[in-house]
Amino acid sequence: MPSLPDMMTPDAAALAKAAGKGEAIPLAAGTPEHDLFTGLLRLGDNALILGHRVSEWCGHAPVLEEDIALANVALDLIGQTQLWLGLAGTVQGRRRSADDLAFLRDAWDFRNLLLVERPNRDFGHTLMRQFLFDAWHQPVLKALEESTDPRIAEIAAKAGKEVAYHLERSADLVIRLGNGTEESHARMQDALERLWPYTGEAFIGDEIDARLAEAGLMPRPEALRPDWEATVRAVLDEATLHAPQDDFAQTGGRQGRHTEDLGHLLSTMQWLQRAYPGAAW
Amino acid sequence: MYAQMVKTDGKGIKPDAEMTPEERRFQARIDAGEKIEPKEWMPDAYRQTLIRQIGQHAHSEIVGQLPEGNWITRAPTLERKAILLAKVQDEAGHGLYLYCAAETLGVSRDELTEALLSGKMKYSSIFNYPTLTWADIGAVGWLVDGAAIMNQVPLQRTSYGPYSRAMIRICKEESFHQRQGYDIMMKMAQGTPEQKRMAQDALDRFWYPSLMMFGPSDKDSVHSAQSMAWKIKINTNDELRQKFVDQTVPQAEYLGLSIPDPDLSWNEDKGGYDFSQPDWSEFFAVLKGNGPCNRDRIEARQQAWDDGRWFRDGLSAHATKAQARRAASKVAAE
Repeated sequence: MPSLPDMMTPDAAALAKAAGKGEAIPLAAGTPEHDLFTGLLRLGDNALILGHRVSEWCGHAPVLEEDIALANVALDLIGQTQLWLGLAGTVQGRRRSADDLAFLRDAWDFRNLLLVERPNRDFGHTLMRQFLFDAWHQPVLKALEESTDPRIAEIAAKAGKEVAYHLERSADLVIRLGNGTEESHARMQDALERLWPYTGEAFIGDEIDARLAEAGLMPRPEALRPDWEATVRAVLDEATLHAPQDDFAQTGGRQGRHTEDLGHLLSTMQWLQRAYPGAAW
Repeated sequence: MYAQMVKTDGKGIKPDAEMTPEERRFQARIDAGEKIEPKEWMPDAYRQTLIRQIGQHAHSEIVGQLPEGNWITRAPTLERKAILLAKVQDEAGHGLYLYCAAETLGVSRDELTEALLSGKMKYSSIFNYPTLTWADIGAVGWLVDGAAIMNQVPLQRTSYGPYSRAMIRICKEESFHQRQGYDIMMKMAQGTPEQKRMAQDALDRFWYPSLMMFGPSDKDSVHSAQSMAWKIKINTNDELRQKFVDQTVPQAEYLGLSIPDPDLSWNEDKGGYDFSQPDWSEFFAVLKGNGPCNRDRIEARQQAWDDGRWFRDGLSAHATKAQARRAASKVAAE
């Protein structure tokens, strides 16, 4: 076997300069900066990916009022993305903007829940996904308002107001469709069963979550479960829907292992930035 | 406005002597600049013409969501994505105001939707053209919304109250739409060679279809004369087209883009540009259904309508059940 040339570059600064914006050297794992950066990506990527999914409906919703309401939700989520990823870029300290993080990372660097990348399917599936997410999103933002980092608390307070409305709306529609016609009930029950395995992931913490919670920056994922369960149980009861008994959870999104769907979503979303590197839009 | 070639039922303007007393009073109110309100008497032809015109405008807003929606998932930055979403959302909102205005004339939104899907009612020819690059989103805002504004600003003074009020709200938002479109064009025109190419290509493809938006010359049209007497049309198509060209040419020059018309030239005598007419045979072909995207647009609307049926039925069923429960508990309480 021929010997391979030495690819090691001892000069980290030269490497950083050569790498350019898109490929900043990663923060060292286990450092407080890396923990906070990851925590912020987890929040920002949820908003980004769900906002993108919801925006796919624009112009195609079943009634005009829903088209308008969905666009509002997508707009709120994109706005939240700008705040969370903007702060993530600041914490990372590599001069990457929210846009750089959104458009120039590959799938394995995304930290969103698998739930939010699941495809839209029918409108009932989209609403159920939204409800299961909103029921988690509201308590997480409420807890983040108490963060020891005032930048986080401020974003959470702003986003919390928007998400209170998202939850009110998605819960109301789940109830009405669950307890509507036979067909709407069946569709909502089917959506619930399909999405259920993707709900558990939000409550399984790792060592990064533990350290963030220890520092008072973000809540422990496990701590959010009772709130979520209470909301979901009450709404499903009123909707005459039944949560599956199986509590198996698909996991990996928060660590960067995603479903096949995310790659397709990114190849659409990032296409212009990738095809014309360095152009300003 | 996005209405083209709206027919009136009349055969031109009735001479004063042939009008009934009601018609004469009605025309006098319009001439005096009064607004006609939903419950007031109006000639049937006025009502039917307005339904066609407002309906066509509403449909244009709804179908118009599609070519721009085509780029929401590919918008190049978070800010552009948010702006485009907000704009397409505004269009849904415009559709909603306009359907509501049409409802005051006695036609339901569902009836209008059925008429759109069956091809009985039209929408603006412009939305049958595809959006092929990101620069098209700029061109649609700059040219298409620009052309729409030309028509909508005078329509704020239209004689039918609900239509006039809808137009006032719509105009506020349209000027934001046009500015965001021009802003995209600026970025592209000042950008990389590929971006400039996209910008010029978008102008090349959208220029003539934008001129068609005003409709063919109507200086001899009996329908237009009647609509103008009723003040549901304020200017002729040619007047508006001229105004649009005069406004747009310097904007293109500022961008460093060229209008795809070798015969375009400033005419000192008329104080406006001379320009080439669009290919009107293409226009009529598009109206007939043979534009690049006619079938795709209607199919997309049809699919949204069909796929949404269970959703609409579910909400209605829930409302009925809730009403029955309320009635039952009222009986129990008594």
